Amino acid sequence: MKVLNLTTGLQVLLGGLLTGCIYALVAVGLALIWGLMGLVNFAHGDFLMIGMYVSFWLWALMKMDPFVGLPINAIVMFCLGVFVYFFITKKVLRAERTSQIFATFGLAIALRAGAQFFWSPDYRMISTPILGGVMKLGELTVSKAHLIGGIVALSLSIGLYYIILRTDFGRALRATAEDRHTAEIMGINTDKVFAIAWGIGGLCVGIGGALMASYYYIYPDVGLMFSTLAPAIVALGGFGNIPGAVIAAILVGIVQTGFSFFMNPAYKLAMVYALYLLVVIFRPQGLFGRR
Amino acid sequence: MKSNRSGKSLLLVLCFALLVPVFIRGYFQMHIAIMILMWSTIGVAWNMLSGYAGQISLGHAVYFGIGAYTTGILFAKANMMPWLGGLIGGGLAAIMAGGLGLPLFRLSGFYFSIATIALGEIVWILFTNWDWVGGARGLFIPSIGNSWWFMQFSSKIPYYYIILALFIITLMSAYYLSRSRAGYYFKAVRDEFEAAMSLGVDIRKYKTVAYSFSAFFTALAGAFYACYILYIDPDSVLMGKISIQICFFTILGGIGELWGPLAGAIALIPLSEFARINFSGGGRALDLLLYGILIILFAIYQPHGVIGMFKRWKRKNL
Repeated sequence: MKVLNLTTGLQVLLGGLLTGCIYALVAVGLALIWGLMGLVNFAHGDFLMIGMYVSFWLWALMKMDPFVGLPINAIVMFCLGVFVYFFITKKVLRAERTSQIFATFGLAIALRAGAQFFWSPDYRMISTPILGGVMKLGELTVSKAHLIGGIVALSLSIGLYYIILRTDFGRALRATAEDRHTAEIMGINTDKVFAIAWGIGGLCVGIGGALMASYYYIYPDVGLMFSTLAPAIVALGGFGNIPGAVIAAILVGIVQTGFSFFMNPAYKLAMVYALYLLVVIFRPQGLFGRR
Repeated sequence: MKSNRSGKSLLLVLCFALLVPVFIRGYFQMHIAIMILMWSTIGVAWNMLSGYAGQISLGHAVYFGIGAYTTGILFAKANMMPWLGGLIGGGLAAIMAGGLGLPLFRLSGFYFSIATIALGEIVWILFTNWDWVGGARGLFIPSIGNSWWFMQFSSKIPYYYIILALFIITLMSAYYLSRSRAGYYFKAVRDEFEAAMSLGVDIRKYKTVAYSFSAFFTALAGAFYACYILYIDPDSVLMGKISIQICFFTILGGIGELWGPLAGAIALIPLSEFARINFSGGGRALDLLLYGILIILFAIYQPHGVIGMFKRWKRKNL
């Protein structure tokens, strides 16, 4: 067990914050769709896995660094999101809740198995990323990929929030979330809004995947944890609440890093889920949600 | 009239099921029949909560695992016969579900499902790191040869009849639950939420009862699994994929339908065993790919599963 002092404390805080920022980027895509359509994408983490593979293949086949290939990844994953909206989600929009749950749940299984089928269950790693190695910030050590990844992820999450608050598309999106039928009467093409929201959800995890590909193993089940963790983070933050999701994600990152550093890494996720359960049992609307 | 028909179909299935070992002789075929009944039992138990009360549990492996582990631990460490160990496991699962039910049912819809996933993950992580019960290596149940007392047989036929009995008991419990006051409340709340709420139906209490029953029978099936396979580890009884498998056959057979789980298991277990043996070499997971695609297609086009399809066909043609 390690001792808590200023250096270790700050080190854990920094590491947790950066991990949390990546989680935040993954979670905001989910929160956006959830808030808009009242529907959880249980395959969200597996989208992230596909994003990581896109980065891997760009690197393996075309020698393109994940950080350089980031825009390509964003475009590919945007298209995947839109595709999934039209071929799966749209069809269960008015269906029973059970269908809504299992449509994306089935997609998660299919994506995971598909990745294993086409790309084998091997663990892969991008061995020569531009953002390799570590750097020193005074007493603290941080890997470059982690630092840049965290900063980019947080900026994108804030950027997305800005788009939702300030642009015409954001207004159309909020109007659709508020009342779909009235929005339609006002001339908003809600179908297009939904499709773009799914595209943005895909784009977020695409970029998240590109950022993580520099320092994380890539394998078919890598998204499994996120498919479970991301909905829990969003529920912890509060229903469809984007700033809430960001704060909850950072909180989860810090708790997880702190627990694995000072206590036992094997139980870090159990700890996070226990925290989440405790919060939602006492506050079903989440930390920042309204009833 | 309706109850009469259910009784008749039950009798018909029972007669057929009792005769299965007469017609099927192969070891592997018997194994498939046993697996069909075991997954049907779990599916019926899952249906009690998720089908009738509409609260989709995505963490039911917790109860399957508790049943399997309680039986296994009591057998391996205290030499307790699994008949009793299984009942203790079932009781523990029912108590746990009862305790968790009231707080968990403050959540509904997606929130409840996510909470059950989190619960499943926590229990899986705890058992994976718990050395006394074998941790990630798992737990072997000592093999002691033919003994009814310890539920161990060299032939598969006794296992078949044991799981058949458990299936029938579970099925009948689910039937009575769906016809009870609780069953009608569930239907009311599921179909007309606002109306039922405005009449002041306190559904949480009933959901908790359904959850306990569901956990109890799922744990009994887990106990059976432990005695049948004689080896359990967290990845084969507690992992998230087991929770998926628990829902899987019922989704395809028909959620909320009494015979849904059996229909789904009969249709899919032979298929999936066949796919697993023939196509999944080298860890390519073609069987899982098929599972995933089938779930998507059924969720979109046949949300009431095979039984729903059959009912619609019957209404049209008869």
